[in-house]
Formats: sequence, C-alpha cells, structure tokens
Amino acid sequence: MNMLTRRGFALMALAAFALPAQADTTQKVLSIGSDVTEIVYALGAGDRLIARDTTSRFPEAANALPDVGYMRRLSPEGVLSVDPELILASEGSGPLETIEVLQAADIDYVTLGRGYAPAEVAAKIRKIGDALDLSEAAETLASTTETALNDQLNAAENFDGARKKVMFILSIRDGKITVSGAGTNADAMIKLAGGENALTDFQGYKTLSDEAASTAAPDVILMMNSTGSHGASAAEVFAMPSLAITPAAETLNLQKIDGIFINGSGPRTAGAAKQLHDAIYGN
Amino acid sequence: MAVTADIPNNVKSRASFARQLHILLGLGLLVTCLFSLTTGPTGVSLLEVLPKLLSRTPLSKLEQVVLFDIRLPRLALGIAIGAALAVSGAVMQGLFRNPLADPGIVGVSSGAGLGAILAIVLGGLLPASFLAIFGQYLVAVSAFLGGWLSTIILYKVATRSGRTSIATMLLAGIAMGALAGAVSGIMTYIATDDQLRDMTFWGMGSLAGANWTKVMAAFPIILACLGTSFCLGRGLNAIALGEATAGHIGIRVQRMKNIAILCVAGATGASVAVSGGIGFIGIVAPHLLRLMSGPDHRTLLINSALLGAILLILADTISRQIVAPAELPIGIITAVLGAPIFLWILLRQRSVVDL
Repeated sequence: MNMLTRRGFALMALAAFALPAQADTTQKVLSIGSDVTEIVYALGAGDRLIARDTTSRFPEAANALPDVGYMRRLSPEGVLSVDPELILASEGSGPLETIEVLQAADIDYVTLGRGYAPAEVAAKIRKIGDALDLSEAAETLASTTETALNDQLNAAENFDGARKKVMFILSIRDGKITVSGAGTNADAMIKLAGGENALTDFQGYKTLSDEAASTAAPDVILMMNSTGSHGASAAEVFAMPSLAITPAAETLNLQKIDGIFINGSGPRTAGAAKQLHDAIYGN
Repeated sequence: MAVTADIPNNVKSRASFARQLHILLGLGLLVTCLFSLTTGPTGVSLLEVLPKLLSRTPLSKLEQVVLFDIRLPRLALGIAIGAALAVSGAVMQGLFRNPLADPGIVGVSSGAGLGAILAIVLGGLLPASFLAIFGQYLVAVSAFLGGWLSTIILYKVATRSGRTSIATMLLAGIAMGALAGAVSGIMTYIATDDQLRDMTFWGMGSLAGANWTKVMAAFPIILACLGTSFCLGRGLNAIALGEATAGHIGIRVQRMKNIAILCVAGATGASVAVSGGIGFIGIVAPHLLRLMSGPDHRTLLINSALLGAILLILADTISRQIVAPAELPIGIITAVLGAPIFLWILLRQRSVVDL
C-alpha cells in the first residue's frame, strides 16, 4: 500500500505541475467525502481547501484541515464557522436541515455522485473541476482516470486464469462477520481486481451466519487496513470457526486494502485494483 | 413513595425554598439562554448583534442565519424539550411512585424509537411524490405516531373495567420494549450501511436539525401537555399516599392517570420525534430538585420544567462547541454528565432514595 501511496502522490504531483495557473474565483472550499477531497488535491487545488469531513484522510495534508464531522451529520453552525464559499459534497451528505440553512446563507453547494462506473467517476471529476474553475485540468484528469478504469475493467474481464472468489469483510465483532454483498463499492472493487464476489445473493452489507460464511467458500478474504475491528491479523481471522474451513484459510490468503478505496472511487482506484489483482493471484 | 421521607422541621423551610427556586431557576434559565445565543463555533455574538438590532443596522447574512435560522430555533426547541422531558419524568415518578420511572415506562421512548427506525429503513419504499413533500419530516412524524401508538396499546392492556393497573402497565411496557427491540433488530438486518449510521445517530439525539418548522410542530403539543401537567401537582401529592387513600380524599384517580399518561405521551413523543433519544434529563432534574426542595409536586413540576430546560440548553451548547466545527450528539453529553451526577446523588442520599 505504501508503494501505491507513493505512486498516487507522484501522479498528483504530475497533475499539479501540468496545470497552468488559473484565476481562482473561489478560494475557500469545504470538501465532504474522501473521494472528493482526493480529487480536489489531485487537481492542484488543495491549498483552497479550508476544511474537510471525517472520512477525508488522503492525502496526508488533508489531515491538517479542520474536521466538520461525519458527512451525514453535519452541524449547520459548525460548517458556517469555517466560513466556506463553496461546498463540494458527496451525495448523501446531510442532514437536509443543515443543507437548507447553508443554502439560506448563500453558500454555493455542489452535490457529487457516488457511482463507481468509469464514466460516473469521470463526470464527478469534471463537475469538481467546473466548480473550482479548473475545467481544463479536470478534463485531463477525468479522461486519464476513465481510461485507466476502463483498461483495468477490460483487463479484469479478459483475465483468463481461474477466478478466485473474494469475500470482503467490513468488520468482525464478537466473532460475527459483516460482509459485502452485491451493489457496494467493495463489490465493484473485487470485480475491478478480476475477482469474483463470493456473496452476491443480497445487496449491501450484512452480518453473516457462520455456516453461510463457510458455504460461500471464499478463496480470498479482503479487509480494510485500518485500526479497530478492521485490523485483525490473518491468524485471528482464520482462527474463526466460520472461516477456518474455507479455501482461503488453507492458503492463508488475507488481503488488506486502504478503506479509502471502499469509500469512493477516484484517480487512484484503477491502480489500487491492479495491485489488489496482483496480490490475489500472487503475481 | 420513599422519596417523601421528610424531616418534619425541615418541611416549612424547604417549601419556601421551593418557591424561591422558581425565581432562581427562572433567572438561571434566562442567563443560560443568553449564554447559548452568544456561544457557538462561528463566533457570532449577541453582544455585537444586539446594538445593531437596536439601531436598526442591517445584519450581515452570516449573523442573520446563525442567530435566526440556527441558534434561536435550537434554543426554542431546547427549552421545550428539556422542560418536557423533566416534567414528564417527574409526573411518571409521582404517578408510578417509583423513583426510577421515566417516560420510557409508558412505552413512548421505545415506540418512538421503533417509529423512527421504521421510517429510516422503510421510508424509501413510499411513493416518490409523497416523499418529495414529507420525506424530510417522515422520521419525526413516524416517531411521534410510534410513541403515541405504543402508549395507547399499553394503556389498553393495563386498563380493565375503567381502572388502570400501574403494575400491569410496567410489565406490559417491558414486553413492548422487548418487541420494539426485536423489530428494530430486524430493521438493523435489512438496513444499508448509511441507514445504520442514521439509526445510531438518531438514538444519540441532537438538536442540530432544529428549524422553525420543527419548532412550530412540536411547540404547541409540548406547551399544551406541560400546561396540563402543571395542574396535576395536587393529585400527584395525594397519590404519594397510595391510590386508595388518594381516592378517599377526593382525588379522581383514574381521570388523573388518564390525563398524566396522555400528557407524558404527548410531550415526550413530540420531544423525541424532533430530537431523537435524549436520556437522563427526566431522571436527574426531578431528583436533584426533590433533594433540594422536597417532593411537593405543586412546586416540583414547575421547577423541573425550568431545570430541565437549563440542563438541556447547557448540554446543547457544549455539544456544538466541544468538537467544533463538528458536533457531538447531545444524548452522549446528557448521559456522560447525568450518569455520574445521578450516582453521586445515590451515594450521598442512599438512605433517602431507598428503593
């Protein structure tokens, strides 16, 4: 992951240098959503950010910004106190009462989709670029990102080895595991990495019974590498009765991915998927 | 009620102290309100705005929004909800003659919680045209209806031939709570990740979503219920001697129970609907006052309203200031501050508040 972070930084540095200086109309920007923040930085507009939400932890510089809280529980006065001129918010930010107050205060508010299809990600980047008056830079970033994602998607689809079944575990609590079904970002990431989601007969995240986990027979367990319950070691994970008899346990195939790639899709997603693919298939 | 174990020569002075407390707490509430209006992460201060208002200088957009669209409706809801929770707690403790009674006992809280969770998880299934109009307030309305419905069911279960058995109501309340918990569990299972977060935050309560629409909806209900509750003081005092005795000295016990239960369901239901779950005010405020000024409900109810409002506004001011620019849910603050105070009361006054 370190490698990837470095690569991401290099990409962004490139993007930042490639841009001609533009006349900025909006200087004080509040970014809500980890993908949104990342794209703002990738467009070289990180210095215009005055605050972020709790999930925005990449790049490192974002951590130094004031945190206005969890994106679905924004406090109206808290947001006003950082004095933003423009709010770039991931879809689902709220609550609605807060958004109404912010609109009453005449703050520009741009909502950005959370889709993970290549075209949707590109559209999100263009929309952010337009709001920041960086349309040209955004166009470049959007098309490279879209191409990279499409290439990765094609590579994943045309991969001719035996496909491995991947089970994404969101959290383990009291020996119960919460896993991803279909229609989630984790599901999209598994597909993008050329794997097959081990559990597609339900939508969203669900807590799984021990037997259901065993019968899903995943070849690979995928988790987020953050602290807390997500940070379990391979020994701990495969010691659980529900996972001990899975094919993944035989090869001790536990992969970790930065939670940011599960939160939203952005310029680094294709690279992360490629790396996950290599990790899963052991290239 | 064991709480009424008074030391006789103290009674008179405590009674007059209780009346003095009206004024003291009233002033305290006024100060707290000004403090709350003046404090907030934006740094907009009433001291700066007041001269502008008086001299009719137009306010800046920020000042106007922060004061009139954020802090004032929040303050109004805080006063109403704090008073409603504390008075409902005092009424319940008096009616059930149980120092641990709170509005949860008549099923309001669990019913309202269930209503809110159902709206959060299943609200999306309603027709889009309906959601476009009511979507924003769906959770609040559903929580209010849930609170009322469960109270009515409990009341029906506990009432036989025109007499409501308090013990049956307590037991049925526990059963209702378990049922609500189970249905909530099912909802947790089918909820999406976002809905789960919404449910968690709803349970912790907050005044952050306060706006004038909510004030207009909740205020009349809470005001009517509080006004009626204040008239119950004499009756609650009589019930402290036991239901039969109260009946003999001319209190219409059944009618009083009906009124008290309706008032508590209305006031708490409306409060919980607009603010989510806020705990401990209903227990801490009345007990603090009983220890300071005795158990006479005629003064206790009014003092509870004032103290409840003060406590909730203080908690709300802390909630929006402590992790600014983010906000801590208010239910966390009332519990973090309320629980230790409550334990301290129990430790100091173990002999007085004896179950």
